[in-house]
Amino acid sequence: MEERGMNERIRKLRRQSMDAVAHLDMERARLMTEAYKMYEGTVSVPEMRALALKHYFSNKTLCINDGELIVGEKGDSPQGSPSFPELCCHTVQDMHVMNDRDLISFKVTDADIQYQKDVIIPYWENRSIRHKILENMTPEWKAAYEAGIFTEFMEQRGPGHTVGSVKIYEKGYLDYQNDINEALSKLDYYHDPEALDKKAELNAMSICCDAIMILGKRYAAYARQLAEETDDPQKKEDLLLIAHNCDVVPAHKPETFHQALQMYWFTHLGVTTELNPWDAYSPGRLDQHVYPFYKADVEAGILDDSRALELLECLWVKFNNQPAPPKVGITLKESSTYTDFANINTGGITPDGQDGVNDVSYLILDCMDEMKLLQPSSNVQISRKTPQKFLKRACEISRKGWGQPAFYNTEAIIQELLNAGKSLEDARRGGTSGCVETGAFGNEAYILTGYFNLPKIFELALFDGKDMMTGKQLGPHTGDARNFKTYEELWEAYTKQIDYFLDVKIMGSNVIERIYAEYMPAPFLSIITNDCIKKGKDYNAGGARYNTNYLQGVGIGTITDCLAAVKYNVFEKKRFTMEELLHALETNFTEDSRILNLVRNKTPKYGNDDDYADSIMREFFAYYRSHVTGRPNMKGGTYRINMLPTTCHVYFGDVMIASANGRLAHKPVSEGISPEKGADVNGPTAVVKSCAKMDHLQTGGTLLNQKFTPAVVAGEEGLNQMANLVRTYFNMDGHHIQFNVIDRETLIQAQQHPEDYKDLIVRVAGYSDHFRNLSKALQDEIIERTEQSFA
Amino acid sequence: MEKPTVFNIQKYSIHDGKGIRTTLFFKGCPLSCQWCHNPESQQYPVELLYYHERCTYCGTCVEVCPQKASVWDGRRIKVDREKCTACGVCADECLAGAREIAGKTYTVEELVAEAAKDQMFYEESGGGVTLSGGEVMCQDMDFIEALCKKLYRRGYSVNIDTCGEAPYENFARILPYVDVFLYDIKLMDPKKHETFVGVDNHRILENLIRLSQDGARINIRIPLIGGVNAEDGFIQDVIRFLQEHQIRTVGVNLLPYHNTGKSKYANLDRGYAEERYHVPPAEQMEHFRQMFQMSGFQNVKIGG
Repeated sequence: MEERGMNERIRKLRRQSMDAVAHLDMERARLMTEAYKMYEGTVSVPEMRALALKHYFSNKTLCINDGELIVGEKGDSPQGSPSFPELCCHTVQDMHVMNDRDLISFKVTDADIQYQKDVIIPYWENRSIRHKILENMTPEWKAAYEAGIFTEFMEQRGPGHTVGSVKIYEKGYLDYQNDINEALSKLDYYHDPEALDKKAELNAMSICCDAIMILGKRYAAYARQLAEETDDPQKKEDLLLIAHNCDVVPAHKPETFHQALQMYWFTHLGVTTELNPWDAYSPGRLDQHVYPFYKADVEAGILDDSRALELLECLWVKFNNQPAPPKVGITLKESSTYTDFANINTGGITPDGQDGVNDVSYLILDCMDEMKLLQPSSNVQISRKTPQKFLKRACEISRKGWGQPAFYNTEAIIQELLNAGKSLEDARRGGTSGCVETGAFGNEAYILTGYFNLPKIFELALFDGKDMMTGKQLGPHTGDARNFKTYEELWEAYTKQIDYFLDVKIMGSNVIERIYAEYMPAPFLSIITNDCIKKGKDYNAGGARYNTNYLQGVGIGTITDCLAAVKYNVFEKKRFTMEELLHALETNFTEDSRILNLVRNKTPKYGNDDDYADSIMREFFAYYRSHVTGRPNMKGGTYRINMLPTTCHVYFGDVMIASANGRLAHKPVSEGISPEKGADVNGPTAVVKSCAKMDHLQTGGTLLNQKFTPAVVAGEEGLNQMANLVRTYFNMDGHHIQFNVIDRETLIQAQQHPEDYKDLIVRVAGYSDHFRNLSKALQDEIIERTEQSFA
Repeated sequence: MEKPTVFNIQKYSIHDGKGIRTTLFFKGCPLSCQWCHNPESQQYPVELLYYHERCTYCGTCVEVCPQKASVWDGRRIKVDREKCTACGVCADECLAGAREIAGKTYTVEELVAEAAKDQMFYEESGGGVTLSGGEVMCQDMDFIEALCKKLYRRGYSVNIDTCGEAPYENFARILPYVDVFLYDIKLMDPKKHETFVGVDNHRILENLIRLSQDGARINIRIPLIGGVNAEDGFIQDVIRFLQEHQIRTVGVNLLPYHNTGKSKYANLDRGYAEERYHVPPAEQMEHFRQMFQMSGFQNVKIGG
């Protein structure tokens, strides 16, 4: 394995992080169960949650990895993951599956399984949130869920989807406790009917402050103990420094750059241990938050860039040590990865509108480049004010081909947030988290509720609401498509199906939201999210300043091409009838290669800057958006949309028969807002143009993947034009773009399966060409040449 | 006005002049360079490309061809190039994508509209539109002039990628609208030029001098082919010529030969006899680059 890291300390920590095997750690489950048994029924729900966290942090096994400078593991050791039985109580079978599966496995011991069977399952089986959710969902919801019409984010993991703000570095938890006490003292028991609930919630927050401070104190003591035990003077010095840092944070405001990073990490542990929220937690605008500490330390002569980089690399390892909690079933399918999506934003602009790039921003890029770790997810925010040098440095890393950093458009993010009612300052403090989701960092609960399978619903519209995989009537009867005389009739059937499933999904989410508000508050997260203390309200109950629910549309490329294929071929050119098309779909095109050729190769497609297809995309997007955006959620906020898939496009394709655009049965649908694989044949500018015809500013995030071979982005010219491509997309209000710079292995795949790689562009000699248009001999030559370019 | 045939519209073209460009490749060329890697660019009329290796031998093309130009040849299929009119029926029906028509006619407005799609990229990157070929200067010049003028009026940088073998009058007509001429020099010796390229270089060099005198911005492009011209003597000759005639260049591109066109000949059922050329080594290319640079040329690059 490749060794990376600025020095031996980092290389060792990184190696440990990469080599450690993901495993389940039962300690949290044990201690939480103990705490619940102790307190349940004797205190309010928020207080019980807080006491349980305190119990865990008071008794949890500590871990300081040899050589590390930032301390605290979520589990017992690197790649250890606690379980969260109060949310999802794994069955014995779940645990076997977790252990045995080839991908995203977690090692589980026999003792773990026995303990689960004896203690955890009997207590949690009928109390877990997952159980409560499934008990409360309607048959319609369950049928749609099981058929893959939509997924449900809250079924195994808590709502979170949020990001830290500068607040974390401005105060210690002792200070927060004072704020909480002040809020408690102002409660109006005479006029406020919610005063008692607020008291319980504020008490819970105060207990959580104790919990994290206990953890800090225990780490300080443990580091001192290890310092005592070691004879190595360097190690002793490091451990005493750790101990000193843990004396200061999290109880007090950090005083140094090092303490600022440690402060963040304690907070991270608090949020991700209290619950297992989606997208873990993230420092958000880390460069801006820690810059004042960096500057002060450098001026005081106690920090230089090399040390700052070392500390950042230590933090990077900590992120990478924490796999996403084990998922099972559909939740695993929609997010089949160890990555927990802590997504750090670098660059952008400051809250008062100035260029936000500073010295730490460049250090973070260096760290990202050197560490080449999948976690944390790292991105850059590019604004009109971002220096070209910063953009080019980011492109330089991105073109190395492993997909980081991704590029986000600061101006688009701000517009999206303003459109959703945020103040300008809150918008400028915001960014993207998870994959591409826009949020007002530190001020907003922006919950992803689930993926929505747009192409599958079209399948239902073609078959009168019947699920062709199971034969069940899943949606409403919208008519026999064979009798449709016009495209408009088909559109009406499709949109009726969409309306129906939106209702089913949102009704379910509303119930789930109430379940979380009632049974699973997050008082720790509430401490650091504005304005939970002020309102005396929990994050999961609407305490945040802004409360948004996102519904993520998946497959816009596929659905656009399907609509275009039917409109163009059946209703306009009359090349075949609807009956013939339906037959082709049911038989997976095996008997209709002519229809397959026509819909695949001779029909306008999204991704080519072709208004025929792109206008269909716009029309559908507008429909979807207007039927979701503005619907009320249960926290006083509203629903909005975003367009991203994680890995759900694979699952959503798997539950479908063939599609009208020539996609075969069970094959993935298109991902993000990218065109259907192989549909875009006019190069990256055409892709970007098509994508920019979507109204990104009306979303909470869109995702675009762009593939290149290394030679296309090679050299100064390749780098310059890559930067220009990003700038131009962002001038057109594009939200996000990321690059796949293709390696040799992929080229070989592309050679074997050219139909899946129609959009792959390679640099040939004095010109570029589509890989599929090259002879095998030339492809071979380029495969070889590519390998040389890596040498 | 005759509508020329365009065989490719290449977007995100980043090696045909400055910035992100759209390159329009016009079909038909007065030269017949033996190393040409774009054989489909040589003839003016549209042609059928037959990707033999994609063919599944289903026989659809044989069935549908109105000219009966696709015929069985044992268990394979052969195109009778005499009969084929490149009507495109087989390309529409071919399920394997083994048939394609090279070349399509457009109106000036259609080409401008196509180019206009990437306006924002040109503006961000300092790019524009490059007319290439084949040979753009041997097309219907009423059409090319109208096209250049329209592109110019929209504020796009127009580059002309030319071999130089055309009446000077053609250059003069479009000069006011052209930002940069990407001007090829292949060989300096007229006889050798005729042997390898089909015509001598008399007019090519004369046009270059006149263009420079008339104030054109010129970027010299030199394909370097091992076994033909990849040698110091040739480079020295080029440098001497450029200096003697005070050709003012904005840059020089040294383009190493690649044996990439071979299979394309097969798609046109044409032979590719020349196996004797080779790729000049990187060190030699760098040496050539330094020769130019030492002689005072700015912006000398290896590659496009």
